[in-house]
Amino acid sequence: MLSVKHLLGIRDLTTEDIGLIFKTADNFKQVLQRPIKKVPSLRDTTVANIFFENSTRTRLSFELAEKRLGADVVNFSASGSSVSKGETLIDTVKNILSMKVDMVVMRHSASGAPWFLANHINASIVNAGDGTNEHPTQALLDAYSMRERIGDLRGKNITIIGDIMHSRVALSNIYCLNKLGARVTVAGPPTLIPKHIATLGVKVEYDLKKALENCDVANVLRIQLERQHKPLFSTLREYALYYGVNRDMLDSLGRDIVIMHPGPINRGVELNSDVADDPNRSIILDQVENGVAIRMAVIYLLSGKREIE
Amino acid sequence: MKTLLNETQLELTLQRLAHQLVENHTDLASLAIIGIQPRGIQLSERIVRILKKITRKKNIDHGKLDITFYRDDVHTSADIQVPSQTDMPFGISGRNVLLIDDVLYTGRTIRSAMDALIDFGRPAKVELLVLVDRRFSRELPIQPDYVGYTVDTILTQKVKVYWQEKDGKDEVALIDKPSA
Repeated sequence: MLSVKHLLGIRDLTTEDIGLIFKTADNFKQVLQRPIKKVPSLRDTTVANIFFENSTRTRLSFELAEKRLGADVVNFSASGSSVSKGETLIDTVKNILSMKVDMVVMRHSASGAPWFLANHINASIVNAGDGTNEHPTQALLDAYSMRERIGDLRGKNITIIGDIMHSRVALSNIYCLNKLGARVTVAGPPTLIPKHIATLGVKVEYDLKKALENCDVANVLRIQLERQHKPLFSTLREYALYYGVNRDMLDSLGRDIVIMHPGPINRGVELNSDVADDPNRSIILDQVENGVAIRMAVIYLLSGKREIE
Repeated sequence: MKTLLNETQLELTLQRLAHQLVENHTDLASLAIIGIQPRGIQLSERIVRILKKITRKKNIDHGKLDITFYRDDVHTSADIQVPSQTDMPFGISGRNVLLIDDVLYTGRTIRSAMDALIDFGRPAKVELLVLVDRRFSRELPIQPDYVGYTVDTILTQKVKVYWQEKDGKDEVALIDKPSA
């Protein structure tokens, strides 16, 4: 049983929680291989997907996970809703909940929004990304996909490359990988690496080649131009030159490095197509596949925490 | 605690159940034996072992079925159930399926198992084998086709099956639960 009622961030999870989610996801992965990819465990549950920020992959993945658990699903996106008329977050969510919704999956541009909400409502909340803070299900599916490829993560070297400053995926990944005993290195231009990040127990490296020398998995992050309000590097071309991952560079390292990317990819910027589409290196599509199983596991395990009315 | 079946009696019962199966299924090739997780697995393995011995057949289709996601008490039970493995390396459409569980009580587990089973295909026939049938305690209209031992119990009692491989002894016991 999970130690938490909501999945707000990896920071709040225990190592046992992560193990339980992985074990449950193994079973759901099996269900997803069957001709009938559906189980009825949540047929009495209604889940609202509330997205105040754009998303394709995550929202689709959550929706599929909910439907394959037999839950009823309602979708809400901020554009075209009463949010643009000035409704507050709590009002919006309380209105949705009064339509008898049991669980909320929320993405919001403000860091901490799900924690704020958790203090005000009774339904279970799954954080689908809050500002530049956390994106817990992404970190879980990343770690799960790594484990599937290279086995137990204890003692393995994982490098996270790119826009560490603006990435909630990076922060959740760091928490998750630390809890699983991996050694984490972050790499990128100094302007995209937050000060004091080393206090989280990670190594900082500004030279991409050095960062990759001993690593088993490279998680390449998207350059988030929409969150960069002032220029942090001169041109995308320059970034691609110094921090872009391409085949020639990986070949020159002479070791097998598993390549991951949470999507959407800026092809030719942080990741070249010759790597992204190389089935021997890239597990990007495995990540997407595992995402559904991981989200099914999270929602299933949290549904047991629901108070019985 | 009261012993219902000791080691010898349990072995005799298993032998009888296996022979009954052979009697009713002249064509064992169409039979698919499925143990219900977690406690039906040991029993199904024993039955398959005896079947192989008495029919001298090497291959009998034998699988495991986890019913966790099909339960009707996901939210009402105090603890959420952690799933076990489902392992059915064969198709069940058009087959004679034998579901196996150790104790039949309310019938709800079997209801879930049938739902789970149907998601894998359309069996020609489904039968149920249980080691112990707790009579007069059904909450659903479900009856076994093969029964090892029938016992009348009250709500505060529990029937526990011990297996050598798992618990270090072969025994079926009736336990009085301390009233909470």
